[in-house]
Amino acid sequence: MNNTYIQDVTLRDGMHAIKHQYGKEKVREIALALDRAKVDAIEISHGDGLKGGSFNYGFGAHTDWDWLDGIADQLQHAVLTTLLLPGIGTIEDLKRARDLGVASVRIATHCTEADISQQHIEAAKKMGMDVGGFLMMAHMNDPSNLAKEAKKMESYGADCVYVTDSAGALLMDGVVERIKAFRQILEDKTEIGIHCHHNLSLGVANTIVAFQAGANRMDASLAGMGAGAGNAPLEVLIAVLKKMDIHPNCDLFQLMDLADDVIRPLQERPVRVDRETLSLGYAGVYSSFLLHSERAAEKYGLDTRTILNELGKRKMVGGQEDMIVDVALDLAKNRDNN
Amino acid sequence: MAVLVGIDPKSDGLARAERMGVATSSKGMDGLVEMPVWEEIALVFDATSAKAHAYHHSIIEKYPSKRIIDLTPAAIGPYLVPVVNFSEHGDLQNVNMVTCGGQATIPIVAAVSKVAKVHYGEIVASIASKSAGPGTRANIDEFTETTSQAIEKVGGAAKGKAIIVLNPAEPPMVMRDTVFTLSENGDQEAIRKSIQEMVASVQKYVPGYTLHQEVQFEIIPEDQAVFIEGLGNRHGLKTTVLLQVKGAGHYLPEYAGNLDIMTSAALATGERMVSLS
Repeated sequence: MNNTYIQDVTLRDGMHAIKHQYGKEKVREIALALDRAKVDAIEISHGDGLKGGSFNYGFGAHTDWDWLDGIADQLQHAVLTTLLLPGIGTIEDLKRARDLGVASVRIATHCTEADISQQHIEAAKKMGMDVGGFLMMAHMNDPSNLAKEAKKMESYGADCVYVTDSAGALLMDGVVERIKAFRQILEDKTEIGIHCHHNLSLGVANTIVAFQAGANRMDASLAGMGAGAGNAPLEVLIAVLKKMDIHPNCDLFQLMDLADDVIRPLQERPVRVDRETLSLGYAGVYSSFLLHSERAAEKYGLDTRTILNELGKRKMVGGQEDMIVDVALDLAKNRDNN
Repeated sequence: MAVLVGIDPKSDGLARAERMGVATSSKGMDGLVEMPVWEEIALVFDATSAKAHAYHHSIIEKYPSKRIIDLTPAAIGPYLVPVVNFSEHGDLQNVNMVTCGGQATIPIVAAVSKVAKVHYGEIVASIASKSAGPGTRANIDEFTETTSQAIEKVGGAAKGKAIIVLNPAEPPMVMRDTVFTLSENGDQEAIRKSIQEMVASVQKYVPGYTLHQEVQFEIIPEDQAVFIEGLGNRHGLKTTVLLQVKGAGHYLPEYAGNLDIMTSAALATGERMVSLS
């Protein structure tokens, strides 16, 4: 199979790791270097997608428009892409991104709520964009029902549908079952994608088994730069694919250099598997909750893991960052009453 | 209530109204106008769709003594949140009830605005998946756009932002709303008091509307200003208000506070209109 498609998310998911604070020049430098290293697609936006800048998710250092401006014209190889979460960003925002040269978009919903993406997927197709449907927190829906949600996105016009393991909670079997369920129900022309988080150290392994089960679009980021313990590290994924005699165009050494020389120095909080990020995967919690939960733990004198476990128990979904403080206040009250 | 009007003769709501002895029509607004009781109707609550409302408005316009309360996203008339701006628009023929999230959160933004200049108001509405009908799902942009505008126009924030999240947890979660404001560095006690008074006012028509936690404050100093799109760098006082909206549980389940606050706000508006006329 030679239709492997590597999408870099360093400049989107990676935003979470540094509270959406990339400078405009840094974004440009990294995007152009990724293009030279020949990744297929580069995703740029606030970590929570277009217009994610907010108290709830964190304000960005710049607007999405400033980050995106002037990038598309400079790319020789890669497609410029972005992310949109219905309920946060709107079709108007998508048009603005398209006018800045964004040719591909992923429309993201919780894994049971695909029908809120219809308006946006149809609008993106009408704008002539390549469209991915992004079913987040995929561990919270079983394979056959998740596949039904994927089928809805396909019916709205999505070119590709993703198993998006936002909590980094899926084990390898869980990934394979979901990809196979997708392949069974989706038309042959519809591509399947995989987006992993490394919270249980399975970022690369899960991506590879997904690929073997029929996914061809794979997400990764330099040094794993992303929410929680990060995404599948791009340079590692490429090395593994090359050893499997699957040859994406990517230049491995250039990616290694970028990961170590450019990306790691930006990480104030290291992006790695540690007790907090492991807890995300273990409790099945949205990876972007990490820094918000650490801040709440510090402010209210709690253990981050206790907050994360409680969020998991209450079945919070992506986007409900406001409930982190709510949970922390409840936990602090219980502690003070005992 | 004199008449319940629908378009589906087999609908559950029409059957229920008949059982309760309320007259019904299944022929929409045209059917209502043909009924003898139309003469006596002073007020129409329109919970259809934006498109249908435009037609209903065109009919109402021909009857200057009748009024219509718009629960759709059409917003032909001005946004109305009864506890905030009834006195400005309560005498108009057509008023719009914004959105469920707007009814739940704009009173809080307005409560802060009473005490301090609000640079920015942001709201997050979390609702149970089961309480979001096909209309909401197919038009989620209408929610974010309408609510954002009303945070500015009714809430008094210089800039508004609205976010909606659907949560499918079982048993369904009760509606939660969070309001963040960034205001001038005002008197925290006065802001807290203003918010508590506002919550008590909303409770008069939505008893399940409560402050779920104490009001939280955080000072954002000038050297740690936040960058807000459309405003630039801003500092001041961040106020966080965590609300819960439990429905009355009459026809719709308790978790559907989003649907309840919308209808209750419309009812409160209608009652005040009638009592003043």
